[in-house]
Amino acid sequence: MSEAAIELVGINKSFGAVHANRDINLEIPRGTIHGIIGENGAGKSTLMSILYGFYQADTGDIHVNGKSTAINTPNDAIAAGIGMVHQHFMLVQNFTVLENVILGAEGEALLNKSIAKARAELIRLEKEYGLEVNPNAIIEELPVGLQQRVEILKALYRGADILILDEPTGVLTPAEADHLFRILGQLKAEGKTVVLITHKLREIMAITDNVSVMRQGQMVATRKTSETTVEELAELMVGRRVLLRVQKEEGKPSDFKLSVKNLTVKDQRGVTMVDNVSFDVRAGEIVGIAGVAGNGQSELLETIAGIRKAEAGTVLLDGRPIDVTGAADPGELRDRGLAHVPEDRHYVGLVLPFEEYENSILGYHDHAQYLKGPFLDIDAIRADARDKIEKYDIRPTNERLKTANFSGGNQQKIVLAREMEKDPGVLIVGQPTRGVDVGAIEFIHKRLIAMRDGGKAVLLVSVELDEIRSLSDRILVMFDGRIVGERDSEASEGELGLLMAGVEAQEAAE
Amino acid sequence: MDFFTTLVVILDSTVRLSIPLLLACLAGLFSERAGVFDIGLEGKMLAGAFAAGAAAAVYGSAWAGLGAAVLVSGFLALVHGFASITHRGNQIVSGVAINFIAAGSTIILGQAWFSQGGRTPSLGADGRFGAVTLPFADAMRDVPVIGYIYYELISGHSILVYFAFFMVFVTWWVLFRTRFGLRLRAVGENPAAVDTAGISVTWLRYRAVLCTGALCGFAGTYLALAMNAGFVKDMTAGKGFIALAALIFAKWRPAPAMFACLLFGFLDALAIRLQGTPLPVVGRVPVQFFQALPYVLTVILLAGFIGKAIPPRAGGVPYVKER
Amino acid sequence: MSSPYAKLPAWADYGLIPLINLVVAFAVAGLVVLMVGENPFRAAAIMVEGAFGSGRNIAYTLYYSTSFIFTGLAVAVAFHGGLFNIGGEGQAYVGGLGVALVCLTFDSILPWWLTFPLAILGAAALGAGWAFIPAYLQARRGSHIVITTIMFNFIAASLMVYLLVGPLKPMGSMAPQTRTFLEGGQLPKLNWVMELFGFTVRSSPFNLSFVLALVCAFLVWLVIWRTRLGYEIRTQGHSPKAARYAGIGEARIVIITMMISGALAGMMALNPVMGDQARLQLDFVTGAGFVGIAVALMGRSHPAGIVPAAILFGMLYQGGAELAFEMPNISRDMIVIIQGLVILFAGALEHMFRPSIQALFASISPRSAGLAAAKREGA
Repeated sequence: MSEAAIELVGINKSFGAVHANRDINLEIPRGTIHGIIGENGAGKSTLMSILYGFYQADTGDIHVNGKSTAINTPNDAIAAGIGMVHQHFMLVQNFTVLENVILGAEGEALLNKSIAKARAELIRLEKEYGLEVNPNAIIEELPVGLQQRVEILKALYRGADILILDEPTGVLTPAEADHLFRILGQLKAEGKTVVLITHKLREIMAITDNVSVMRQGQMVATRKTSETTVEELAELMVGRRVLLRVQKEEGKPSDFKLSVKNLTVKDQRGVTMVDNVSFDVRAGEIVGIAGVAGNGQSELLETIAGIRKAEAGTVLLDGRPIDVTGAADPGELRDRGLAHVPEDRHYVGLVLPFEEYENSILGYHDHAQYLKGPFLDIDAIRADARDKIEKYDIRPTNERLKTANFSGGNQQKIVLAREMEKDPGVLIVGQPTRGVDVGAIEFIHKRLIAMRDGGKAVLLVSVELDEIRSLSDRILVMFDGRIVGERDSEASEGELGLLMAGVEAQEAAE
Repeated sequence: MDFFTTLVVILDSTVRLSIPLLLACLAGLFSERAGVFDIGLEGKMLAGAFAAGAAAAVYGSAWAGLGAAVLVSGFLALVHGFASITHRGNQIVSGVAINFIAAGSTIILGQAWFSQGGRTPSLGADGRFGAVTLPFADAMRDVPVIGYIYYELISGHSILVYFAFFMVFVTWWVLFRTRFGLRLRAVGENPAAVDTAGISVTWLRYRAVLCTGALCGFAGTYLALAMNAGFVKDMTAGKGFIALAALIFAKWRPAPAMFACLLFGFLDALAIRLQGTPLPVVGRVPVQFFQALPYVLTVILLAGFIGKAIPPRAGGVPYVKER
Repeated sequence: MSSPYAKLPAWADYGLIPLINLVVAFAVAGLVVLMVGENPFRAAAIMVEGAFGSGRNIAYTLYYSTSFIFTGLAVAVAFHGGLFNIGGEGQAYVGGLGVALVCLTFDSILPWWLTFPLAILGAAALGAGWAFIPAYLQARRGSHIVITTIMFNFIAASLMVYLLVGPLKPMGSMAPQTRTFLEGGQLPKLNWVMELFGFTVRSSPFNLSFVLALVCAFLVWLVIWRTRLGYEIRTQGHSPKAARYAGIGEARIVIITMMISGALAGMMALNPVMGDQARLQLDFVTGAGFVGIAVALMGRSHPAGIVPAAILFGMLYQGGAELAFEMPNISRDMIVIIQGLVILFAGALEHMFRPSIQALFASISPRSAGLAAAKREGA
């Protein structure tokens, strides 16, 4: 292939203190299917948003078909022949397929004249690329797989030569995914260039010509797909970071504290996010759930914690059920000894405008120790907060300070202190060290081990594989809403990376 | 008067009373369909009425009044747009603020400029959009039934009345047959989809808000220059909120909006007609009952008892590019 | 209301920016005064004199402030729960019905100091009741509380007109109002307190409900910041997701919050009905429910801010009445404009000047802006 369809040189993009894209260089040859792989937070979506004109890079150049092109708005990208199929569809739910496709490219001010022409063109495109869908269908009545076709048709209708697909198979069934790959093959045959962003290695190996790997904002490698293996890609994707191995003794698990049986959870679109999941957590052990974000772990945690409703299945806490398909009450669960450190500490685990001591009782504010009749016993609460601040080394040591003014690590410690100090029987934790500085990470990890040594059952969900491997006694890998494998803490990165990317294990788990 | 004549007279009143509602309702339609909630229809209509009354008095021309009304109402619409779109402020608060600003300003300026206790000078025929006699109306007057209806009900309204009904069609046509309308409806449902299609969400919403301002200007003009002979303080008397209620009742669609406004106008006309007259069975129904009825109906609707009223999905939420 | 990260020191956030918003609101109001052909500064001077220039003036100012404290507290409590209660006007109106019913029943039987607590209950109960239906519909059926409360304002108006021209009106009277309450249904005036401070007040409507208003301000503070209920209300208002996480029932909190709000608005009626007019008249609320919105926004929904804000608006009302004498072109309606401008600049446009102030601070002392930014890192 001669000229590169896309060439990115020295792209940098920061959002405040977060350096999302670091010095990215990327060349995408024309007429190929190019995969971009990486974990969540690696910077893939940001990079593609820059290419699509949604964001502007801080520094760097974009060359399209050999020509240096300024892309400051989506219009520029569209004019340059770049089309994007977003992960979360950009569709107007109560419009028809045709209306969605022509939005922005209506042709004339009066629709009557152009709409017949548009319809004909749409039907032609549908036939040419095998993307059949009824132009008069209303989007919200279409299954998700067909909605995605509309997204693709939108890009093709605007004359895209270069198509970027952002995690397209997340919402598709395997059969729909296969159909999509056939379509991508067809597009390539017609000379289009396709960029496929995904974390699923199987897809990469199946249809891409080349693959670039991103990790922590950087482009770490580019390979010809035929010249690499899933193992190599998995290792590049997950990386050889400094392992934060915590000193820990052998665990001594005893009774079953938490039992999940055949749990199925759907999101509001009706897509199954947790698919018939079963597992147990025993007292005195840490069970870690590994997986790339978006494979159902969040929904699993929320359901067990009682803030999301399940479609089917049971969850037993100390042998007694939690009403997960009905009206579970987080307050009642706390009373029964279930503590929850949520993944979103900003909007779920904390109320940022509150002062620190007010957040130190969130969820426990109805406990007698904090109340004097209907009144809050402010002195008792503050004393308790100060205790926790000291014990957990929370800084600054000011319980009157607004929580928004604490650093991420200290905010997380506030949440952990609150949940751990109540001596729960079961602790479920999501992303405990996301956005937390190294010093605090070590502290938090030590605390989690201490809980386990104290005979608590800990369920840990994290996208950081290091953390999972370092802390867990048993590791479950979630992919596509299912548990695809169970390993012990000796499992290698590569092995886990493969499972996380949806590649079936060579040997059976059990 | 016999029943038939009474009915026609009531229907005639209905039409006249529903026009300010209809114009304000259509105004709100543009804004809300684009995702900008507008509680300030009342204020814009009032300010428009004042501007119309003032300009018509000063220049002796109803058209001058209309122009002034559209300008003033449009200006207030821009203020609302500035707060809601550019500064992403709370749209309800902004609307409430505009209502007060308009209410106070019209009285103060009215008193200061015309010294008549807050009203504008009474207008002669030049300054008003008076009754228009349609062709053959006089001739048809004596034709039984049809002729009478034509003469009494259809002919003899202000030109703004015909304009208002025409605007129902125009609104429908703009929303569903033009590119602008397609984009406007899209931005009220999914602004991100509009943004990624390369269309400016901000400019689109501002244009919607300007349409709202213009139509509110017409609504105010009708009040001051057609229904009345000048501006009188607080002359909107809550019509802006009834228009909002009608809009919700009509589930944000133009043709049902027309019927909803006619319904509310009918209730108003009925209330006036029935004042003091005992009804069979129920006896004297207090006029306040009819006055409260549009509001009660809206609450019942919002409670989900008359079907679901689903507003534009992105309504009331300022658009922020997701990080 | 959303609040972006504050990169400013607290005093700038809570003192300077609200002050600037206020100044701009008054400046624009001044423009309107100019348009009317008068001198804004002279108008302001007359207003201040009219509000505080004599014992009688101060008393009248405080009388108006009383109503605004109640309605401001009502709106503020709802704001804390994340709700916009525009229905204060209607809730106050219906609260007046509660007052009237109690007073008409007991004014010949009981002394005022026994009727008073019953009247408080009556006002609060009916005000809360009037807020209940919109609250229930929002909590259980998702009906937008702003629209329903506006509708209920109008329904209240119709209802009260009907009652006052019909059932509540004494036979043979033409005026749409109840009969005058006897002594058992009248609150004592507080003019003697003014005289303690050396002012002479011959007569004014300043009455005991002012004390009740202050007590309510304290109670609101106590409930919102010092009770478990208040904690749950504030959590729900800041973050419904966190409230769910914390096991707080959303429907329950929404209804309770609105009922407290309605009760406070209802109690406003005690001031004019039992404290001044000694009867229930048409539209005695005269827009106080809406002033409450401006007062709550200006006072940042905290009683310590609401009371001064209410006094400011009381000053505008009283001063405005005096102003209307000297400058006939500027009537009481000027207050409505100021009210609207305050709501605009303290509410919808509250962050308009923030970027400029932040830039100013950054250029003067980069440290203060930088420190705050550094704290944000990793958050």
